Amino acid sequence: MGILASQQLTKRFGGLIALSELDLDVAERSIHSIIGPNGAGKTTYFNCVTGFYRAEEGRTFFNGQPIDTLTPDKITQLGIARTYQNIRLFANMTCLENILVGMHPHLKSSWMGAILRTPATRQDEAQAHEEAIRLLQFVGQRGKGDYLARNLPYGEQRRLEVARALASRPKLLLLDEPTAGMNPRESMDTMAFIRRLRDELGITILLIEHNMRVVMGISEIITVLDFGQKIAEGTPDQVRNDPRVIEAYLGTRRGVAGVGA
Amino acid sequence: MRSDRGSWGRVISGGLIFGAAAVFVSLVGMVEALGVRVIVIGVIDFGRLLLLLIGLGAGYQAARRGGGGVVIALLRGLLAGAATGAGLAALLVLGSEVNLRGMFINASPALFEIISFGRGAAGVPLVVAAGAVVGVLGAAATLLPGTVRGPLGAGVTATIVIGLFQELLQIILQGEEGVRAAIRQLIFVPEGLPPRGALEVFVVVLVASALWRSRRPVVRGWISKRPPRTQRLLRLLGLLLAVAVVLVLPAAGGLFVSQVLVLVGLYTLMGLGLNLEVGFAGLLDLGFVAFFAIGAYTVGLLTSTGQYGVAHWSFWAAVPVALVVSLIAGFLFGLPILRIRGDYLAIATLGFGEIIRLLALSDALRPWFGGSQGILAVPKPNIGGFEFSGPMQIFYITLVSSAFIAFVAARLRDSRLGRAWMAMREDEDVAEAMGINLINVKLLAYGIGGAFAGMGGAIFAALLGSIFPHSFNLLISINVLALIIVGGMGSLPGVVVGSLFLVGLPELLREFSDFRFLVYGAALIIMMQVKPAGLWPAAAVRRELLKEEPVGAVTEGPVAERAEA
Repeated sequence: MGILASQQLTKRFGGLIALSELDLDVAERSIHSIIGPNGAGKTTYFNCVTGFYRAEEGRTFFNGQPIDTLTPDKITQLGIARTYQNIRLFANMTCLENILVGMHPHLKSSWMGAILRTPATRQDEAQAHEEAIRLLQFVGQRGKGDYLARNLPYGEQRRLEVARALASRPKLLLLDEPTAGMNPRESMDTMAFIRRLRDELGITILLIEHNMRVVMGISEIITVLDFGQKIAEGTPDQVRNDPRVIEAYLGTRRGVAGVGA
Repeated sequence: MRSDRGSWGRVISGGLIFGAAAVFVSLVGMVEALGVRVIVIGVIDFGRLLLLLIGLGAGYQAARRGGGGVVIALLRGLLAGAATGAGLAALLVLGSEVNLRGMFINASPALFEIISFGRGAAGVPLVVAAGAVVGVLGAAATLLPGTVRGPLGAGVTATIVIGLFQELLQIILQGEEGVRAAIRQLIFVPEGLPPRGALEVFVVVLVASALWRSRRPVVRGWISKRPPRTQRLLRLLGLLLAVAVVLVLPAAGGLFVSQVLVLVGLYTLMGLGLNLEVGFAGLLDLGFVAFFAIGAYTVGLLTSTGQYGVAHWSFWAAVPVALVVSLIAGFLFGLPILRIRGDYLAIATLGFGEIIRLLALSDALRPWFGGSQGILAVPKPNIGGFEFSGPMQIFYITLVSSAFIAFVAARLRDSRLGRAWMAMREDEDVAEAMGINLINVKLLAYGIGGAFAGMGGAIFAALLGSIFPHSFNLLISINVLALIIVGGMGSLPGVVVGSLFLVGLPELLREFSDFRFLVYGAALIIMMQVKPAGLWPAAAVRRELLKEEPVGAVTEGPVAERAEA
């Protein structure tokens, strides 16, 4: 079993089956992609893993520990962080504050400590600021700590969101369409950046992506979902030539169902 | 751009809207009621000033819209002002033909006398002409360069403020001889502010403001060249001066001013608490008065020497208990509404405020809380024989506790908890996904916010010496919410500014009291339109509003200060 493992995971919304008996295993320190047509259940899977949704059936383990019943904050504290398909920064807070919020789980200061500004609190805060500034530099936003997040350009907002996710010191990072809305050049930069996350920080990456060039270029393993079911899994080459994948994306000879589900 | 005809039509319709506003304030009785307060003897009173300001506003906004040269802008102002005047003129004509008093009881002869400059229906052309002139003046204000408009505005504002508060100022400056008497005799006559005094004030402030404008860079430059230690010393000196001024306020202003200041202080305490809930944590609370009531009742019950007193403690022993009780009340209050968001939260909290008031009022609990007759004989606080007997003394308790509470609020804002609150305000789901325990954080917001208001309630009990359930009605919650909106959501100085404007001013201008909620409503709408971030926005928001480049590197500015600390 890898760092993240789901077994027979099923999630329904009323009559709609968003995830159907999904088995997924993410190996530690891998870059693993989930692809599939719109409505295939990719983001739903992220929401189940991070505790936003509760799956009806099946189990999910993180480092061997079941996380199905935990609340989102507990799951984050275990070491899973994520970004969002539509950027969800704390828009009216500064960049630095966004990152500091990300560090929340491993800061210790209590509210009484904050009022009295005890030495322990001061030290804690000073270290947090240092680390936050380092993270800003890591994502190439040195000197932007005092900008309000909502005033950053789009691409930088995406990177700030990653920095915020990194601030919680995750072992597993879930990226939901990290290159959405980017031009080819920016996408390439983002790919290199994701590789750095894995190579330099040792973080396991699970990402949802529509940009095939990115997916094929970066992934070690690709899982293909369609209508909540896993229809294929393997290396980029295996997936590219899988007839079921081609069918899901382009439709069968009989009709053009599929892509717009 | 739209065609010329269209844009002139807009100017006129804009002017007519201001005219409608003028008619409205006239018919609700504001003009006449405020007319009692003379600003400059024989020249203008508050009611007329209101109409004048509306005319100026019409000209100002007409000139600011659309392009065109100087003449076009002035013409726009003229037209808009005339349209405003025409609105009032129409009221005049209507009033002289029909008896409006059946429907509008304030449409009195006195009102028409004010509007028509004492000429009745014959004053119609004069009213329109006066509107046009005022409109041109308003338009002219937009054309002046800042170096002229600034000092001019300062002079006019100072004259109006001194005229408005002349009674108060005369009391402060009373005495037979000395500097105070000299200033008084220079500006005022016993009846008020004469035109000569008004002119003196205007000129002095105008000159001072112009001088300050031209010298400011020099002074700033001089200060910035001093060594850091001297700079810090200067800043400290300025702070001490401000503190000293605040400290002598009750003695200088007398009983009435002290009373108003204590009220401002109590609302500041409540505002700080609600600001923590709404401004920091984004939890709307319309039942906030409940915590104020809990603080007051706790102190009342613990200290009262009357029938319902349970312990006969001193005020100082009761205050910490009141804080703890309202803190716990906040936790309990938060529990059932943890999962409620947005509009529903507003309704639920509204209910809580009413529940507490009704509990205090109820007959069932009468043996403990005294029902509608309340708790009497709450003793005044005293330290070693010195009794805080009235507002002039209690002011200092309010001041110290406000300063303390503001300090605590500032520390919390800049802490891990404060960031968690703000994250929750911005996006509750994401905040939870960042590892923030929403339950803890929400309960702490309700608890600490409640404790702040409980502090206010404790002082309130001592101030009045008695507590009645009807003091804790919904309007207090709404006042507090309004004042933090006007002051600036999430801003600590904004709370003080807001309560000075929304609580202090209406108290000082007694004539306003009938129109208090009308003014609140108007103030809130205007704030949302003109300054949505409030009179004194929170620091981060202010930086953005001023379009200042945020300090270049993270090694500077407030964030770095926090890091140093």
